[in-house]
Amino acid sequence: MAPDVTARRWLSAAARWETGLAVLLLLIVVLGAAASPQFLTTSNLFNLLVTSGEVAIMALPMTLIIISGEIDLSVASILGMSSALLGYLWSIHWPMLAIFAVLVLLGAVAGLVNGLLVTRLGLPSLAVTIGTLALYRGIALMILGPKTISNFPAPYNTIGVIAVPHTDIPWSMAIFVVLAVISGVVLHATATGRSLYAMGASPEAALFSGIRVKRIKTILFVVSGVVCSLAGVLWTFRLATAVQNNGLGLELNVVAVVLLAGVSIFGGKGSIGGVVLAVLAFAGLANALLLTNFNQEATGIVFGAVLLISVFAPNAGALWARLGRLRKHQRPVRPARQ
Amino acid sequence: MRATVPAAAGTAGEPAASGSRRLTDRVFRIRESGIIAVLVVFVAVTASIQPRFLSSGNIQFILVNTTVFALLALAETMVVVSRNVDLSIGSVLGLSAYVSAGLFGQVPGISIPVVFLTGLGIGLACGAANGLMVSIGRVPSLVVTLATLYIVRGIDILVVGGNEVIAQTLPDGFTQIPRAGLGGVPYLAIVIAAVIGAGAYYLRSFRSGRELYAIGSNPDAARLAGISVGRRVFTAFTVSGAIAGVAGVLWAAQYQTIDSTAGTGYELQVIAAVVVGGVAIFGGSGSAVGAAVGALLLQTISSALNVLGIPPLWIQAIAGLLLLLAITLDRAISVRLLTSLRVRSSGVGT
Repeated sequence: MAPDVTARRWLSAAARWETGLAVLLLLIVVLGAAASPQFLTTSNLFNLLVTSGEVAIMALPMTLIIISGEIDLSVASILGMSSALLGYLWSIHWPMLAIFAVLVLLGAVAGLVNGLLVTRLGLPSLAVTIGTLALYRGIALMILGPKTISNFPAPYNTIGVIAVPHTDIPWSMAIFVVLAVISGVVLHATATGRSLYAMGASPEAALFSGIRVKRIKTILFVVSGVVCSLAGVLWTFRLATAVQNNGLGLELNVVAVVLLAGVSIFGGKGSIGGVVLAVLAFAGLANALLLTNFNQEATGIVFGAVLLISVFAPNAGALWARLGRLRKHQRPVRPARQ
Repeated sequence: MRATVPAAAGTAGEPAASGSRRLTDRVFRIRESGIIAVLVVFVAVTASIQPRFLSSGNIQFILVNTTVFALLALAETMVVVSRNVDLSIGSVLGLSAYVSAGLFGQVPGISIPVVFLTGLGIGLACGAANGLMVSIGRVPSLVVTLATLYIVRGIDILVVGGNEVIAQTLPDGFTQIPRAGLGGVPYLAIVIAAVIGAGAYYLRSFRSGRELYAIGSNPDAARLAGISVGRRVFTAFTVSGAIAGVAGVLWAAQYQTIDSTAGTGYELQVIAAVVVGGVAIFGGSGSAVGAAVGALLLQTISSALNVLGIPPLWIQAIAGLLLLLAITLDRAISVRLLTSLRVRSSGVGT
C-alpha cells in the first residue's frame, strides 16, 4: 500500500502545472545559453530581471483577484496615472516622501473605486475595469498632458538601474520577492487565502458559508491599486521619465503571465509558485529573443505560442482522443432544419 | 452567473406561450430603447449647447467613424452572447488592413473586390483558428484570443517590417468608399446598418442564432439539449474573424495610412461598446442592434466632447466615466426589469 501511495504522490507532483513550468524554464535557460554566450552573464541576468520587474509585481495581486473569480484590467492605467502624478508633483517641487504618500493614497482610491463598483453594485469586473482602464488613463492625460518630466534626482533615478547593495538583484525584483512571499503566505497559509479559492470556485457557496466575499474582494482591488501605483513609481524611475502613456497596454502582459502560471481564468485555481516561475519564464524568453536578434516588436508571436502551448499541453491526451472521435464519425446525425 | 437570469428572460420565447413571447419582445424592446434614449438625450443636450453638432458635416463624421466600430461590435456580439470573448479582433483588423491595402501598391490595377476578398480571407483564417482552438481544444476563449492577439500582431509586424501603406498608392475608388454619400449620410453607413440589421435578425430569429444565446446562458444545458455547442461556437468565431477582416479593409479605406500599429488596443473599445449596448459580458443576452447603438453612443460622446470645446486632454477621462455610468445604468435597468418580470410572471403563473 505504502509504495503505491508514494508513487501516486510522485505522479501527481510530476503532473502539476508548476512542474511543467519549471521544465519550460529550464528549457529556456538551456536554449538561451546555447543561443548566446552572453545569456548567463551576471549583467545580462540583471537586465533580464530589471526589465520585467513591474509586470512581475503587478502579476501578484492580479493572481489573487483572478483566483477569487474577478479580473482587473485597469492595472496598467493605474501605473500610468501614478507615474503621471509623480512627475507632476515633482515638477511643482513637492518633497519625494510626500509624493509617495499621495501615490499610495491614489492607488488605494483607484482600487477602491473598482472594488466598490464590482462588489456593491454587482457589476462584472471585466466591464468595470475596462471602464476604469479608460478613466484612469484619461486622468493620467489630464494630470500631465503631453509633457515629459525627467529631472528626477540621483538616488531615485538610479533605483531602476542599480542592484540592492551587496547583491546582484535589482530593487524591483527584491520588492517582487518580498511581495511574492507575502502573497504566498496569505494565499496558501491563511483562512482568508483559502477563502479566495472558495469564492472563485463557487461564489454562492462561499457566501453561504459565511465568507465576507464583498469585503475581501474590495480589499483585493485596493491592494492591487496600491501595488500598481508602486509599480508606476518603479517604472518611472527605471526609465527616468514620467509620461502619461507609461505602461500603455501592459494589462494584457500581466494577464498573460498569470495565465501561463496556471491560474484558471474562471477562478478557484492557481498558485504563487506558478506565478514566480511564469514571471521568470517570460523574462528569460524575452531576453533570449533579444540576444538572438529576433525582431523585438514581433516577440509577441513567441509569447502567444507559449501561452497556447501551455494551455494545450496539459490536456493533449484528451484532445487527441477527441480529434480521433471527430475523425471516426465525421458528421453526427444532423437535426432537421426548421 | 449574474447574467443567467436576464438571459432566461431573453430565451424564454421558444416554448411558444404567446404571453411570455410578448413579454420577451417587450424586454428586448425596453433594453434597447434604454440605450437609444440615452443617445437621444445626449445628442439633444449637446445640440442645444452647440448647434454645430447637428451639422451635416459633423453627422457624416460621426457616422463614418462609427461604421468600422459598429461592424466590429456586431462581430463581438456574436461571440459574447455565447459566453466567449474575442480579444484578437484588433490584431486581425490590423493585419487585414495592411495586407489588403498593400495589394494596391504591389499589384497595379488590382480590382477593389479582390482586395475586400483578401481581407475577408485573412479574417476567416484567423477566426477559424480561434474557433478551432476554443471548440475542439475546449480552452477558455479569453486565453486563446489573448494568445492570438499577440501572435497575429506579431505576424503583422513581421509582414509590415517597418513599411507603411500610404495614401498615394490607394486608388480614388477605394478611398472614396467611406466618403461617398447622399445628403450627409454615407452609403457605407447605410450598408453597414443593413448588415447589422441582418446580423441582429439572424441572432434573434434563426435557430442557430438562438442556439448561441442558449449556449451563452448555460453551456451544459445547451449541450444536453442536443445543441452542437462546438460547431456553433466555431462558427461564431469564424464569422467574427471574417467581419474583423472586412473591417480592416474599410479601416484602410478610411485612414489610408497603415503601419503595424493599426487597430492596437481596439478590442477593448469594442468590448466596451458591446457592454454599453446591453450585451451581458457573460453571455446569453443582448442584441447586435444594442451593441451597434453602443458603438454609435461612444463615438457620439467623443465627438460631442470635441464639439463642446472640452479640452482634448479631458476627453478620455470623461469617456471612461460615461462608460462606467452606462454600465451602471444598464445594470439598474435590468434589475428593475427583472423585478417587474418576476412580479408579472408570478401573477400569470398562479
